[in-house]
Amino acid sequence: MLVPISWLKDFVEIDIPVELLAERLTLAGLEVAHIHYIGVPQQQVDGVNWPTSDHLVWDREKLVLGAIREIKAHPDADRLVLAMVDYGGDALEQCVTGAPNLFAYKDQGKLETPLWTAFAHEGATVWDGHSDERKLMTLKGRKLRGIYNKSMVCSEKELGISEEHEGIILLDPRDDYVPGTPLQDVLGDVVLDIELTPNLARCFSILGVAREVAALLDKPLREPSYDVVAEGASIQGAVTLEIREPELNPRFTFALLRDTTTQPSPELMQRRLKLVGQRPINNIVDVTNYITFEIGQPLHAYDYDKLVARAAGKAPHIITRLAEAGEALETLDEVKRELDAHNILVCDERGILGLGGVIGGAETEISDATHNVLLEAANWNFINIRRTMQSQKVFTDAGTRFSRGVHPSQAILGVQRGIELMRQTGGGQVAQGIIDEYPLQPETVHVDLPVSEVQRLLGMTFTVETAADILRRLLFDVEIDGDTLHVTVPDHRLDINSDAVIGQADLIEEIARIYGYDKIPSTIIGDDMPPQVGNPDLMLEDATRDLLAKLGLRETINYRFTSPEREALLIPDGMESSLPEGDYVVIRNPISSDKTVLRKTLLANLLETAQVNARFNTRQQLFEIGRVYLKRGDVLPDEVRQLAILLTGPRNASGWMDGNDNALMDFYDVKGVVEGLVAGLHLADVAYCRNDDPASRHTSFHPKRSALFYLGGERAGVFGELHPQVAQRFGLVDAPVLAGVFDLDKLFASVQDRHLVRELPTTPPILQDIAIVVDADVESAKLERVIAQAGGDLLKDIQLFDVYQGDPLPEGRKSLAYHLVYQTNDRTLKDKEVAKVHQRIIKTVQNRVAGAEVRM
Amino acid sequence: MLEQLEQQRTDALAELETVDDSDALHEWYIKYLGKKGAVTLMLRSTGQLPPEERANFGKRANEIKHLLNEAYAQREQAVRQQELAADLESDALDVTLPGRPRTLGGIHPVTQTHREFYTIWADMGFQVFTSRDVETDEYNFQLLNFPPDHPARDMQDSFYTTDDGVILRTHTSPGQIHAMRQLGENGTQPVRVILPGMCYRYEQITARSEVQFTQVEGLAVGRKIRMSDLKGTIAAFAKRMFGQNVSVRFRASYFPFTEPSMEVDVECFLCDAQGCNVCKYTGWLEIAGSGMVHPTVLRNGGYDPTVWSGFAFGMGPERITMLRHGINDIRYFWSNDLRFLEQF
Repeated sequence: MLVPISWLKDFVEIDIPVELLAERLTLAGLEVAHIHYIGVPQQQVDGVNWPTSDHLVWDREKLVLGAIREIKAHPDADRLVLAMVDYGGDALEQCVTGAPNLFAYKDQGKLETPLWTAFAHEGATVWDGHSDERKLMTLKGRKLRGIYNKSMVCSEKELGISEEHEGIILLDPRDDYVPGTPLQDVLGDVVLDIELTPNLARCFSILGVAREVAALLDKPLREPSYDVVAEGASIQGAVTLEIREPELNPRFTFALLRDTTTQPSPELMQRRLKLVGQRPINNIVDVTNYITFEIGQPLHAYDYDKLVARAAGKAPHIITRLAEAGEALETLDEVKRELDAHNILVCDERGILGLGGVIGGAETEISDATHNVLLEAANWNFINIRRTMQSQKVFTDAGTRFSRGVHPSQAILGVQRGIELMRQTGGGQVAQGIIDEYPLQPETVHVDLPVSEVQRLLGMTFTVETAADILRRLLFDVEIDGDTLHVTVPDHRLDINSDAVIGQADLIEEIARIYGYDKIPSTIIGDDMPPQVGNPDLMLEDATRDLLAKLGLRETINYRFTSPEREALLIPDGMESSLPEGDYVVIRNPISSDKTVLRKTLLANLLETAQVNARFNTRQQLFEIGRVYLKRGDVLPDEVRQLAILLTGPRNASGWMDGNDNALMDFYDVKGVVEGLVAGLHLADVAYCRNDDPASRHTSFHPKRSALFYLGGERAGVFGELHPQVAQRFGLVDAPVLAGVFDLDKLFASVQDRHLVRELPTTPPILQDIAIVVDADVESAKLERVIAQAGGDLLKDIQLFDVYQGDPLPEGRKSLAYHLVYQTNDRTLKDKEVAKVHQRIIKTVQNRVAGAEVRM
Repeated sequence: MLEQLEQQRTDALAELETVDDSDALHEWYIKYLGKKGAVTLMLRSTGQLPPEERANFGKRANEIKHLLNEAYAQREQAVRQQELAADLESDALDVTLPGRPRTLGGIHPVTQTHREFYTIWADMGFQVFTSRDVETDEYNFQLLNFPPDHPARDMQDSFYTTDDGVILRTHTSPGQIHAMRQLGENGTQPVRVILPGMCYRYEQITARSEVQFTQVEGLAVGRKIRMSDLKGTIAAFAKRMFGQNVSVRFRASYFPFTEPSMEVDVECFLCDAQGCNVCKYTGWLEIAGSGMVHPTVLRNGGYDPTVWSGFAFGMGPERITMLRHGINDIRYFWSNDLRFLEQF
C-alpha cells in the first residue's frame, strides 16, 4: 500500500526522518518495500540503510511556488501564452507556455485570485516533459516564437510527480501560500510503499498506518472529522433496506446527498489519489476512493435518480441477498458475469445492482449528470468476499479490503465522512439521518492478561504499567487490576481473539512488537532436553550418499513431478510395465504438461538429467536418493524411498596421456558400484540373479545384461544395462547406459546394527590356483558355492582372477581361474592338509558341476 | 717386485682420480683389484719370491690392496652421487601439465547445506524428524491455524491432487503437528526437532522461484521456552552458519502458526552490510521466518498452551546456498547440470 507522508501527517505528528520511520515500521511488521521521493532529498540516517534513490531533488532556490497574476496572449502564436509569474522577486517574470489549462484565463487582465503553480528559474534542473524517455534537462534562456524566455511553469511530469504533461500544475489557493516558497516545502513528499501481511487488515488505510505510527512514536492520534452538515430533508422514506444474510452482510448504511454537482475534485484530493495510484474521475467517485484509502472503509455511490427510475418513481427498496441460479450481472469493469450461489448481491426490486463489497453494476453508476447521490457504506464477511473475488476473478480496492476484514463499526464513520466530503466538494444538501441496518454486531472483545504471561512467553520482565502503556498507545482500553490487565479491544480491530489464551498471545505480540523485538534479550534454552531418539534412517541415507560419492558418483536432486507418458518411456514396446505397483498421485492444477503427476520411479527423471548432460559430458556417473509416491488405496499415498544410479560413457576420465583407455563402462562397472554399496553398508545375505524370467523380469533393463538384486531372499532392486530401446528414447545412444533402481527401505532393513570384525590371522596363507573349464552359461556364483562347501574351514577366501573364452577352448566353454586362500588363525598349515582339501574341492567340482574340467 | 707394487699403487690412485662414471670405475676395479687385476696378481705371486722377501712384500701388498679398496669405495660413492644428480637433472617433467584425472563423486549442494544445518542444530539438541510430502489440507493448513478460505492461504499457492483434501505440502510445518503428536506423548514431553523436507508451491519457475524447494524447519516445545530463547538460539545458529561476527535482527511479521511472528535477517556478509544488489542495498539478508508457536497449534499438538510454550523457525537451504556461493538462478539446483554440480 502506498502511504504519502503528507497525508499521514493529517493524523499524526512525525518528528523523525522518513528513513528512520520506514525502518521502525519495517521492524514492527509493516514492511516498507520502497521509499518514493517527490522533490525532497533522501536523508542519511545512522544505522539505517536504504537503496540510494535517483529521483529529482528540487533545487530550493530555483524551483519555487509561483503565483500567476495574468495570462497574456502570445503576439505570434495562438498555441502559446505568456504567464506573468510572481515568484517572490521584485518584478513579475514572463513565461512562455503552451499549457492548455491556462488558455481559459487568457486576456482577462490582472487575475482576481492568482493561479498558484510550480515555477522554475533559469538553471533549474527538471525532467524533460517532451521526451518519452526519462531525461533531465537544465533550463536555459532562449527565444520561443520571437519572445525571450528563461524560466518555466511546470507540469507534474517535469517535476517527477506523475506522467501528467497535459497542463501545468495549478494548486488550489490557500491563504498561507507565499510566492517564492521553495517548492519542496509545498509539493515535496515521500511515499512509503508498505507490504501488508494478512494480519494487518487494520492498516489498509492511511489512518490505519497512522495508528501504528502514533503507537510507535508515542504520539497522539488525530482522528479525522466524522461530522456531517445535514440540512436537507430526512432520508427516511427516500430509501428502504432489507438484509437477508446477516452473517454475510452484518451491516449496511446509506446517506443521501441531494442537488449536488458532479465536478472535478479539489487539486489536493486529486494529488493524493494519484499518489496512492488512483485516477481522479469526479468528486463523487473520488470521495469514495479517498475514504477507502483514508480510513479503510470502502464506499459505493449510486445515482439516486436512476434507482428511483428503476422503482418507477417510488422510493427504492434495497435488498442484500445471495445470488440465485442463473443470475448474471454486468459490472463497472464492463464484464458480464455469471454469478455463483455464494456471491452476495446488492439488489433492488428490479434486479441486481452490484456484487456486494466488491464491485458495482454498470447501470446505476455515477455520471457527470448525477445530482442526487445515495452513498453506501456496508460491511461484508471477509471469507465470503475472498471467495467471490477468486471465483469471479475480480480484484478491487474495496474487495481487497473487505476480504482481509473490516470492522463493521467503520461503516457509519465512512458514510458520514464520505457524504460530508461530497457535500464540501460538490455542494447540495445532505439528507438528515442515516439508514443503518446492523443485524449482526460483533461483541466487544475483552482479554485479561496477567503480566506474568508476558514474561513467560517473552523471557523478560514487563511492569504492569509498561505493558498497559504500550497497549494504550495502540488505543486499547486498559484497566490495571493488581498484576493483571483488563483489556478492551478498540473497535477498528478484528485481530484480537476472544479465546482467553489466544487473546493473550495476540496482546503479547502487540506488546513485543511496539516495545521492539530488538530490545528483547537473547538467551539460551534452559528447558529440559527432550529424550534423544536420533534419526537412524537419515544416517543410513547419508551413509549411502557418502558411499556412492566415494565410488565416484554425483548426487542429483530431480523434480518429483513427472508425467505418466514420460515414465512410460521406460517400458519397451510390447512389454509389461515394471514400475512399482500403485496409482499415480495426480496433480489437479499442474504447472506444465510434463509435471502432471508425482513420480513412481527415480529412473525416468534421472535419465532425463543424463540426456541433458550428454551435451557436455560423454562420461556420467549419477545417483539420486528420494521418494516415490504410490497410491495403494489409502487416502494418502505410500512414500517409498528409492535409490537410482546411472553410469554411462568411458570407464576412465579422459586426459592428455598417450594410450588412453577409451573402453566404455559395462555391466561389471555398475556391479562394482553395487558391490561397493553392499560392502560399505555391510549388507548381509546378498544374491544376484538373472533378470530374464519373462514372468518377473524388470523390463526396462537388458534381459541378459542385468541382474536382480536380492537381500535375504527378497527382491530389493535391479541393475545392469538399460534396455537399448529405453536408452534410445532418452537419446543416450553413444554408449551403453548402466543403471540401477533399489528400494532403500528394504536395503536399510538389511543393514546390521553393528558388524563384528574378523580376527587378523598371524600365520601365512597358502595360495593354490585352480582353473575350471565349464559351459559358458554356468554362473561363477554357483562354482564358488560348490568350492566353498567343499573347502570347509581351511578355505578362507576364493578370489576370481581370470575369465577366459576363446581359442583354444571350444565354442560354448569358458575357463574361470581362482586363487584359493588356505589359512587358519592359530597355526601354520601343513602342505599335506592343504593338498587333501584341494583334492576334495577338485573332485567335488567335477562331480557336482556338469561338464566341469579342472586344470591345475 | 716391491717397486713394481709401489708403481701399481701410484698408477692406480692416479687413474682413479680420472674415473667419473660407473663403467670406468668398474673397469678400474677389474684392472687392479679384480680376479686378474694387477694388484691381485702381484699378491698372488708372493709365493714365487725368495722366502726372506715374502713377508715384507706380502704385508705391503695387502696394505696396498686395502688402501686401493678404500679409495675405490670413496670414489664409488662420489661417482654414484654425481650420477644420481645427473639422473635427477635429466628426469624433468612439465609440472604444469594436468594430472591423470581421478573420478571425484560428490554430494548435491543442497544436501551439503542440509548437513551443515543438521550438525549445527544437533549441537543444540535438535534432532531430525521427517514427515510426508503429500499431506491432507487438515495437516498442511487447518491444524496450523489456517482456516478454510482464510486470507492467510493467499500466502501459499498449493498444488492440489485429484483426491479432495489431499495436497502437496506447501511448507514443512505439518511436521510440527506430526512431531508433537508422535514425540510429545500427549503433551507431556518436550520436543526439539528440525524438520527437513521438499515443499511444493504453485508458482511459475523463474530464476527466483521454484515449484519445489526444500525447507528446514525447527520446533522447540517445552515448559520454559521463551521468545528470548528463540532469539538466542537463532543468533547462535547464524553465527555458526555465517560467521561469528554477524549481526542478526528480528523483524515483526506474520505466520498463522506462530505468534509473535518474526522474520530473521542477518547482516549482509557479501558487502559487510554496506549495501549491494543481493541485499537490495539494505545491508540485511532475510534468512528465516520464526515465532512463538501459536496456542492453537500447541493445542492441536496435544499441549496445554497455558503451561507449555514453544518456538518454531523455517529456513530455505537453497536460498542460503545461493547467498553463500553467489548463485543467481535457483533453477540450477534441480537442473543437475554436471558443470554446476562439479563445482561442489
